Amino acid sequence: MATMNMIQALNSAMATMMTRDPKVVVFGEDVGYFGGVFRATDGLQKKFGRHRCFDTPIAEGGIVGAAIGMGAYGMRPVVEIQFADYIYPAFDQITSEAARIRYRSAGEFGVPIVVRSPYGGGIFGGQTHSQSPEALFTHVVGLKVVIPSTPYDAKGLLISAIEDDDPVMFFEPKRLYTGPFDGRHDVAVKPWSVHPASEVPEDYYKVPLGKASVVREGDEVTVLAYGTMVHVALAAAKESGVDAEVIDLRSLIPLDMETIADSVNKTGRCIVVHEATKTSGFGAELAALVQRECFYQLEAPVERVTGWDIPYPHAFEWQYFPGPARVGAALRQALEA
Amino acid sequence: MLHSPRLDRQAVALKPARNAPLTLRIPEPAARPGEPANFSQLRLSAPGAVRRPALDTEARSMHDLAYELIRVLDDRGNAVGPWAPDLSTATLLAGLRTMLLTRVFDERMYRAQRQGKCSFYVRSTGEEAVTAAQAAALESSDMCFPSYRQQGLLIARGYPILKMMGQVYSNTLDPLLGRQMPVMYSSREHNFFTVSGNLGTQFIQAVGWAMGSALSGDTRIAASWVGDGTTAEGDFHYALTFASVYRAPVLLNVVNNQWAISSFQGIAGGDEAPFAARAIGYGLPALRVDGNDFLAVYAATRWAAQRARSNHGATLIELFTYRAEAHSTSDDPSRYRPADESAKWPLGDPIARLKQHLIERGDWSEQKHAALLEEVTQEVRAVQKEAEANGIHGNNKTHSPKTMFDGVFKDPDPRLLKQRQEAGY
Repeated sequence: MATMNMIQALNSAMATMMTRDPKVVVFGEDVGYFGGVFRATDGLQKKFGRHRCFDTPIAEGGIVGAAIGMGAYGMRPVVEIQFADYIYPAFDQITSEAARIRYRSAGEFGVPIVVRSPYGGGIFGGQTHSQSPEALFTHVVGLKVVIPSTPYDAKGLLISAIEDDDPVMFFEPKRLYTGPFDGRHDVAVKPWSVHPASEVPEDYYKVPLGKASVVREGDEVTVLAYGTMVHVALAAAKESGVDAEVIDLRSLIPLDMETIADSVNKTGRCIVVHEATKTSGFGAELAALVQRECFYQLEAPVERVTGWDIPYPHAFEWQYFPGPARVGAALRQALEA
Repeated sequence: MLHSPRLDRQAVALKPARNAPLTLRIPEPAARPGEPANFSQLRLSAPGAVRRPALDTEARSMHDLAYELIRVLDDRGNAVGPWAPDLSTATLLAGLRTMLLTRVFDERMYRAQRQGKCSFYVRSTGEEAVTAAQAAALESSDMCFPSYRQQGLLIARGYPILKMMGQVYSNTLDPLLGRQMPVMYSSREHNFFTVSGNLGTQFIQAVGWAMGSALSGDTRIAASWVGDGTTAEGDFHYALTFASVYRAPVLLNVVNNQWAISSFQGIAGGDEAPFAARAIGYGLPALRVDGNDFLAVYAATRWAAQRARSNHGATLIELFTYRAEAHSTSDDPSRYRPADESAKWPLGDPIARLKQHLIERGDWSEQKHAALLEEVTQEVRAVQKEAEANGIHGNNKTHSPKTMFDGVFKDPDPRLLKQRQEAGY
């Protein structure tokens, strides 16, 4: 065991897999010599050589396209898109190619790639360093979408993603890289080292895809969250005094519907929380599934607390970001319904 | 001096209305329907006239080759010049047979579409030398990332045409289980990557495959094909950049058949410089080749493949040819180009030219050619019968619809098992 923040845990996952499997290669903008703008690939080139971890031209479509070809050759590329906000030039390669190659070739070719990308707001990143585009990818058949919320999960989920034979979109909440941010921006953020989930095995282990985690048991309301919003939901539960059951989905596709339904059938109430904009966000899918699976147990409408339907603003960071006050209000409202 | 040039410029800037209005150029082809075909703008090098550099020549000292046109066969069918390859009669005859088989296959499938037996088809008529000669110049273990008009690669590599027809008919023989439109073939066994409808995506994927081969210390190389129109896609730029940066062992082929559906190659930027010349800015060598000359295509491909195999990196090859038929069965070229343009194409027909060469060598005759054509036609006809016995499009002889829920992921998706039940399978 070692104490790691999320960046170190991700770095450890890549190093672990590069050691175990010579087919794992890591590349992207600034990930090689420099070790990544967030340091996630720090030291990998030095340890494994330039042929295992290298810099690429600034061309997201090129990075993912090359990774697909390399995957078809038999490698396991783990590529980085510097910010999720810059993933769109690769959208064609991800949606038209990576997601469909197995299906369209009737299984002749697979795309065992991982696309890592820092995502989410809360860092004054403005319009193009804050977005949460996960719903664009959950809507694409053939992609898995994974979002960790702790160092322990980050490493275990990334190892699962690298070993998975299908393309995995791995979104990393950059707000959580160095500490568990709960949305209380006026309070100093504590480092991961004081959080139990910063205890990370140095060796190989996996957190399975498609398994949610109940991070706080409760009886009154179920909160479905992922990424930074898991910590916001925990803070909201504490501050509001509502006995909420907080579920960290961890992977959106595949989705752990069983854990979700069990919880909502128990509490009878459900709040979905995400940073992404509301309309057609992943919360809409969750709300639809919950009302279908738990209709007769629901005692209140399924509510969504999300980013507003606007581009992510700079100066109005905390008016946009769904913090504990907004989530807490929704929790209390759910009890009144 | 009363008027300094500087003051003049300021005056102009302040009063832009004095300038002539700006105009935007919209390129137009040399001839439209009803006009005589016009190829006066084509710059064709004489057969045998273009130099053949050593394999390890630096890209920067080969710029001229992007503007010339490598040709081997002269007007009488003789192989001339430094690019004339030393090919056995057996290899040439095999190439001729592949081209004939490809053309006959295309014609039969085109007719099948017209008879309503398949939903769609794309012919490669006039471009058969591209695939037949390039397949002959590559190793069968080299990986191909084709577009939708390189069916000849599969035929050259011995892929059963029965399976190709099964794919076109989406019947019970379809290896792709009815999931793809006709001609979007895939064969891992034949190192033929699954064809995508999205143009150009395969170009950068081929570079990635080649990078993987080089990273692994393998000896295999990759080759990819796009059309002249697709060079305008971003993936073309990605491919050339990555191929150059990492010196990837890949052949990047641009099949310039002059037309992208109804748009002539000038709309893709081909009027200002040949597509081969794009390579110069990326520091890649480029060869511009007569795409209807089997020997020239073979020689250029062989050169580029050997260059890649010796770790000298990628080559861009522009295969200069003409799309002799409609873009697809959904297209009518008489609405945008002269009806006789393909017949007037100055570089002729690839099959006729190889036939002429073989006859000139004393290895072939009109009679033998007619007999081969008959044999190939009979073969395709027989296979077509067998294929159609296994179903044609729309007659419900397909793989079970329940298979459409399989294979989205490697392991079954629980959502889809549910949806399959919902759908009644």
